[in-house]
Amino acid sequence: MTETADEAGKGGSGEGSSGLISTLFYTAISASPLNQMKEVLSVSQLNDNIKFLLEETFDFVWVEGEVSNLRRPQSGHVYFTLKDDKSQIRAVFFRQFGWSKNRAADFDLEEGLSILCRARLSVYPPRGEYQLIVESMEPRGIGALQKAFEQLKTKLAAEGLFDERYKKNIPFLPQKIGVVTSPTGAVIKDILNITKRRFPSVNILIAPVRVQGTEAANEIIQGLRNLQAVGDVDVIIIARGGGSLEDIAPFNDEALAREIFHLSIPVISAVGHETDFTICDFVADLRAPTPSAAAELAVPDAGELTARVLNLQHRLMDSRYRLLKDQRTHLMELRERLKNPRRLLVDLQIHLDDFHERLRGSWQREKQSLSGKMQQLAINLQRQSPAGLVSEKRFLLNNFKKDILNNYNSHMAVRKERLQKNLAVLDSLNPLSVLQRGYSITRSLVSGAVIRETGQLRCEETVNIKLAKGNFRARVEKIFQE
Amino acid sequence: MAKEKFEEALEKLEDIVKKMEAGDLPLDEALKSFEEGIKLIRLCQAKLDEAERRVEMLLGKEDALQVKRFDGEDSVSK
Repeated sequence: MTETADEAGKGGSGEGSSGLISTLFYTAISASPLNQMKEVLSVSQLNDNIKFLLEETFDFVWVEGEVSNLRRPQSGHVYFTLKDDKSQIRAVFFRQFGWSKNRAADFDLEEGLSILCRARLSVYPPRGEYQLIVESMEPRGIGALQKAFEQLKTKLAAEGLFDERYKKNIPFLPQKIGVVTSPTGAVIKDILNITKRRFPSVNILIAPVRVQGTEAANEIIQGLRNLQAVGDVDVIIIARGGGSLEDIAPFNDEALAREIFHLSIPVISAVGHETDFTICDFVADLRAPTPSAAAELAVPDAGELTARVLNLQHRLMDSRYRLLKDQRTHLMELRERLKNPRRLLVDLQIHLDDFHERLRGSWQREKQSLSGKMQQLAINLQRQSPAGLVSEKRFLLNNFKKDILNNYNSHMAVRKERLQKNLAVLDSLNPLSVLQRGYSITRSLVSGAVIRETGQLRCEETVNIKLAKGNFRARVEKIFQE
Repeated sequence: MAKEKFEEALEKLEDIVKKMEAGDLPLDEALKSFEEGIKLIRLCQAKLDEAERRVEMLLGKEDALQVKRFDGEDSVSK
């Protein structure tokens, strides 16, 4: 900035153009003595000569320098000084050369900007000044188009034209695709081929436009409007093949950008090569690196979709099959579990019979075994029978009886005989028989004792006296001592 | 079939298949879903089987639009 201020100061102190004229004039004078001059020119004549000379010589030049002292008067023309580090020259850019005449001029001239001008030199005789009449210019270092592009991009971005939230969704399967491009050339062929290959039934409506030159942007805008007016276009592809920055300049048009932004139909932009970005790409709802890619993005691949549908179909079939199989298995299980009660009854009957059989069998076996046991026991019992012993003992008993009887009889016979003898003896000894002979037996009535001596008697005692025949009671009156 | 319908049908179909595969549906519902799935498959396949297309050019301006057959197509497709 200090440099600019310095240069401005210089411009103010002495004007470069008039300084040069003074110098030239001075050189002319010193080259030939005043007295030798044959022709004296008026200032006007001189300036006219200079004008003729300079304008003839510098009718068309390329000049580069830095812009300073930039002024924009009401007229709309632009005045500035073009300078480098040693020198400067006045310059003017007339409005009629216009920004629109050459898109290269579509950038804002700025103080300090380094530019390349196409110009001619013009002398202004009333003031003895010369200046550059600039016909076109572009920024140096950063290309003119690039500069314009950057400026527009910044501006539109600030306005929100590129915001993601405004991007419309690209339909999954469009019925009709609008294509804004040149009706001739590789681009439309690629798009037609690829859409046909990917999804044959998608209709294509082409809005034929020029894709380069000054009218291109307007044609593209018109094409977009036309496609929207048709009413049934689902998605629009704006496409152009690769080219220089100048070639693709129409796609950096501000009006086009705004048209795309306000369009109700989603737009896919595919301008230039993969590395080229245009304003159109930024503002579009989807950017494709190439026109072919745009075609691929616009229509799904029918083959892939068919495969996907088939896959789903298989899965659907499989899951139904599995489902039914599972249900059938489950049903079978349930049927297994759910038995007919009649069958159950039969089963029970069989069971019952079985039990019955077994019971009977077991009973029979039990009976047999028991009767066997019993027989065995009977045999054992019989073996153990006391009958023999009884008859034996009875025999012995009878013998004993016989013996006893014999013994008794003989014994009795002996005793009877002895008794008879004894009886005879006894009879002879019987006191009663003594009594017969007149003896008696006196007994105490009290004690019954036989009285053998008087000592046994007391007076007045009653005694019984037994005679051979009968007995009598008598009282003792007197006891006689012997 | 309208254009969104295809995508819708495909999504619906995918949804049905996932549900069927999960096996959570009661039998009658599953069978209903299956039939719907089959219908959707037919719908999608019909769309996929379409082969005819029109390639046209749009000429003129909004108020006087003209649609013309695009002649480049034949030479292009060869």
